[in-house]
Amino acid sequence: MTAKAAPTKATDHLRTDDDAIAARQRWMGVLARTDQATLEAEWTDKFGDVSWKHLREPQIGMVMVRSRAGGAGQRFNLGEMTVTRCAVTLADGTVGHSYVKGRDRIQAQYAALFDAVMLRDQAASTFIDTLAEKQATAKRDHARKVAATKVDFFTLVRGEDE
Amino acid sequence: MYVAVKGGERAINNAHRLLAEQRRGDKDVSEIQTDQIEQQLSLSVTRVMAEGSLYDRDLAALAIKQARGDLIEAIFLMRAYRTTLPRFAFSNPTKTAEMDVSRRISATFKDLPGGQILGPTFDYTHRLLDFTLMANGENPADAPSAENPVDDHMPRVLDDILNYEGLIQDEPTPVDEDAPVADLTREPVKFPAGRDLRLQNLSRGDEGFILALGYSTQRGYANSHAFVGEIRYGTVSVEIEPEELGFPIDIGDIELTECETVNKFKGSKTKLPQFTRGYGLVFGQNERKSISMALVDRAMRADEMGEQIMGPAQDSEFVMEHSDNVQSTGFVEHIKLPHYVDFQGELELVRRMRTEVEARLAKAEADNSNPQTEAAE
Repeated sequence: MTAKAAPTKATDHLRTDDDAIAARQRWMGVLARTDQATLEAEWTDKFGDVSWKHLREPQIGMVMVRSRAGGAGQRFNLGEMTVTRCAVTLADGTVGHSYVKGRDRIQAQYAALFDAVMLRDQAASTFIDTLAEKQATAKRDHARKVAATKVDFFTLVRGEDE
Repeated sequence: MYVAVKGGERAINNAHRLLAEQRRGDKDVSEIQTDQIEQQLSLSVTRVMAEGSLYDRDLAALAIKQARGDLIEAIFLMRAYRTTLPRFAFSNPTKTAEMDVSRRISATFKDLPGGQILGPTFDYTHRLLDFTLMANGENPADAPSAENPVDDHMPRVLDDILNYEGLIQDEPTPVDEDAPVADLTREPVKFPAGRDLRLQNLSRGDEGFILALGYSTQRGYANSHAFVGEIRYGTVSVEIEPEELGFPIDIGDIELTECETVNKFKGSKTKLPQFTRGYGLVFGQNERKSISMALVDRAMRADEMGEQIMGPAQDSEFVMEHSDNVQSTGFVEHIKLPHYVDFQGELELVRRMRTEVEARLAKAEADNSNPQTEAAE
């Protein structure tokens, strides 16, 4: 692991914070898209001895999805979606959070646990990378099938020009 | 007289048991599972989520099973369930410009950047019953893949192509980001309603009703001749900004169908004519609903455009007060429930009126048969 250079500009500190946030946003997004079974298996296998407790028990609720008129104009409330959230604390005090689509409490709990171990020491980064890659592959495979339905227009010349 | 309504309990219990038995149907036929509904009746699932105004595929599948496929009943179940849940947050506005499209077409520009992407559509099918689905079941080969995936960010027809020349109205700008966003699930609807409220109402409104109104605008009950500028269907990620974190996070993907219509232009001697817009956005894959919604949205902008109200689709109050199928079905169907006392009142009134009229007729007849008496009077 390479040590980070000491901040030399006033904005460097900010930048590092932004990077940390961006990295966390990425893994939280990946975890939110990973099913319960996959998360549970990995946790049991690699992190089974980690001690932790709930800071907030998994709770099912809703998020009101907002959109914009015309995609870019005035905001409006489109409709709600189910969401489950959870917060956990590791023995060293690290707090992990999760908000995931749907009503799977166990998925939300493991997502919060992985968030915590990632915050603590990036312990699950290989796992996260593997998941991210799988998700990207699935998305690409779908996008290739969609691309096969693209219309190739050609013009038929009919009749004769005088 | 007060008529006590009692004694229905056993009948009601037995009726519900009969309902359960009929829902299950012939026990020699295997029971349908909710995951089968979720996967194989996905457009029913989509409709129940959109009009139930709650995005949750599993719940919608369960509601459809419980409702024996009655989608309005299923929508009712979704609405009832959503009232039991707390609301954690509002999402940041979805970025439909960044949608991962499964379909994207334009009826106005043939050669648009990104191309015409048909995706999974019934369009151009022959609408002939496919008896092999019944006889042999379904086991389709994998759909073909192109070498390269579709573009990540498809340009938008209205904003990136038409608006390039200023040919179409901007969405009203500047957008006031601090303005409150109306929410019909929390406050009573007041008229005149803003476009935010109208769009929320239309998106959860009954598909059949919105479709019929949209159709009426095309038949002349609102002069807003429309083209489909663009339809896109696909997934967008939903982002929220939880207080405890202080930055936005991505909580997963939802499917949306968006339709933007290009409508008749508006201008004056001093103002350059421009096309106008209608907007439709619904949960899941539902093109019919999103096109209809865009037509009705445009029609309801009559006031804003200074247009004369000529049809029901332009009358926001009429549209919004009748678009909700749970509300409509509640009021329409409630008249089948016991109204014994109300009706008894009516019955007595009619009987009394009849007696009065009969008495009057009898008197008139008696008078007629004795005209001289009358003349003498």
